[in-house]
Amino acid sequence: MYQRDLGATEKGSPGIREMVLNMGPQHPATHGVLRIILKLDGETVVDLDCDIGYLHRGVEKICENRPYTHIEPYFDRLDYVAGVSNNLAYIEAVEKLAGIEVPPRAQYIRVILTELQRIASHLLWLGTHAMDIGAVTIFLYAFREREEVLNIFENYFGARLTTNALRIGGLFYDTYPGFEEQVRAFCRIFPERLNEYETILNENRIWLGRTVGVGVLTAEEAKDLSVTGPVLRGSGVKWDIRKAFPYEVYDELDWEVPVGENGDTYDRYLVRMEEMRQSRHIILQALDRLPQGPILGKVPKMIRPPAGEVYHSIESPKGELGVYLVSNGTSFPERLRIRPPSQINLQALRKMAIGHMVADVIALIGSIDIVLGEVDR
Amino acid sequence: MVAHRRRNWKQAISRFLLLDLIKGMIVTFKWQAPSKCYTVQYPKVRPRIGERFRGAPRLNRDPETGESLCIACNLCAVACPENLITVTEEVREYLDEASGKVKKKRFLADYLYDTSRCMFCGYCQDVCPTYAIELTQEFELAIYRRKDFAWTWEMLENGIDQPVYTR
Ligand code: SF4
Ligand code: SF4
Repeated sequence: MYQRDLGATEKGSPGIREMVLNMGPQHPATHGVLRIILKLDGETVVDLDCDIGYLHRGVEKICENRPYTHIEPYFDRLDYVAGVSNNLAYIEAVEKLAGIEVPPRAQYIRVILTELQRIASHLLWLGTHAMDIGAVTIFLYAFREREEVLNIFENYFGARLTTNALRIGGLFYDTYPGFEEQVRAFCRIFPERLNEYETILNENRIWLGRTVGVGVLTAEEAKDLSVTGPVLRGSGVKWDIRKAFPYEVYDELDWEVPVGENGDTYDRYLVRMEEMRQSRHIILQALDRLPQGPILGKVPKMIRPPAGEVYHSIESPKGELGVYLVSNGTSFPERLRIRPPSQINLQALRKMAIGHMVADVIALIGSIDIVLGEVDR
Repeated sequence: MVAHRRRNWKQAISRFLLLDLIKGMIVTFKWQAPSKCYTVQYPKVRPRIGERFRGAPRLNRDPETGESLCIACNLCAVACPENLITVTEEVREYLDEASGKVKKKRFLADYLYDTSRCMFCGYCQDVCPTYAIELTQEFELAIYRRKDFAWTWEMLENGIDQPVYTR
């Protein structure tokens, strides 16, 4: 209905003519195939509507036709820059449904891997977001550090993006020789590199001009739109699934939830930078406490969870990633529903962008940090 | 914790003197030296691939007898989420050397692996009881003809011919 309204050209008050402009689906700054229908007054956005679905593959339906053990690789392809986090959401949902215990060593390693994944995902966000705004150097630097994380992943489970890292009841592989040193070496160089990024960006006048006060989302609006993750925390709401409903061993570790104040693009940037520091802090603690022991719990040969339903959510790099699973007692799920953080955060784009320039829309898409594989599923 | 933003007279002065830009420039010039180059010059230089990397499939042979390790148990085909492996078996008679009798056994007749649909999840190599199917470190899978994506038994054992790029 709304889309039809946009299509019609209205005659405004004399001297004002509004223009409808399509941005995307093939636009380098839309981070995939997102089409945005903009209604412009000059260069100011009067209204906008997002058209999604260009990357729809029907993942939920595919998953309903697969046994529980075969579904995990499809989750890699949702948020394809944060594979491990996606794996974790699904695997934990099945474990919760079937009542499978995970040994402590596997839990610690899962925490290390997901936090490394958070750093990698945020680094990709930082690089692309800065490049959208015009700071190409940061893109190269961020990808250099991201490469270190991806090398750890490649050595660990043999893939860089489509990780398929975990297994119901534990992990696929134990650590490889030299894993701990490699992670520690990354943690050693990382804060210095983060400081470098901040030296380049934090006080840079162009960066400040493009981000401060752009796309303000107040705490109330953010809650009303049910956005999660760094977008919500940038608006000053202290809400993190890792603290609110701790999974794995997050309740044993000591870390803080960074929040912003003003809810603009600059605050969301600061929150994500601080989150990377906290992730590093978590990784180091988990490495210190890493226990010995098995990596796979007691798992039945055929996974047939009792009939019932479960909703489980984790804090993925983009926000609350939830998996709703309905079992009918067979080895195939009856229904699988994914709550993708990117899609729900994308709803905030309209609220943020109205009244700003077209160029700011690009900064805002980057600031929400969407991945279209997850938006369209 | 609140992420802070600084707004004060110090910042105003540093802005006036272009210090914010100069500080950033110092960082970028620090990384200018050619010795700090991070790019791998592929294809002239081959990247180092992790040992567990899941790349092109290979069907292993017994290094001593030269026969295929695959016992045609079909477990890999069942484990594959994409159902892209086709294992054909045949029952053959063979001479058992220990007892000197003629016995019947399952042998692999044909093996087809459609790499165009494979997502390199690694489930097939995980279930294989004899370590016959294995995902190797080979990562160059581009092929000109679409039908060549279906790897036959022979291609799986010997690998495919990839052009070697030199200068
Ligand atoms: S790697 Fe995965 S998708 Fe490919 S053949 Fe093996 S099980 Fe099937
Ligand atoms: S490759 Fe392995 S799993 Fe597949 S049929 Fe042969 S022996 Fe069985």
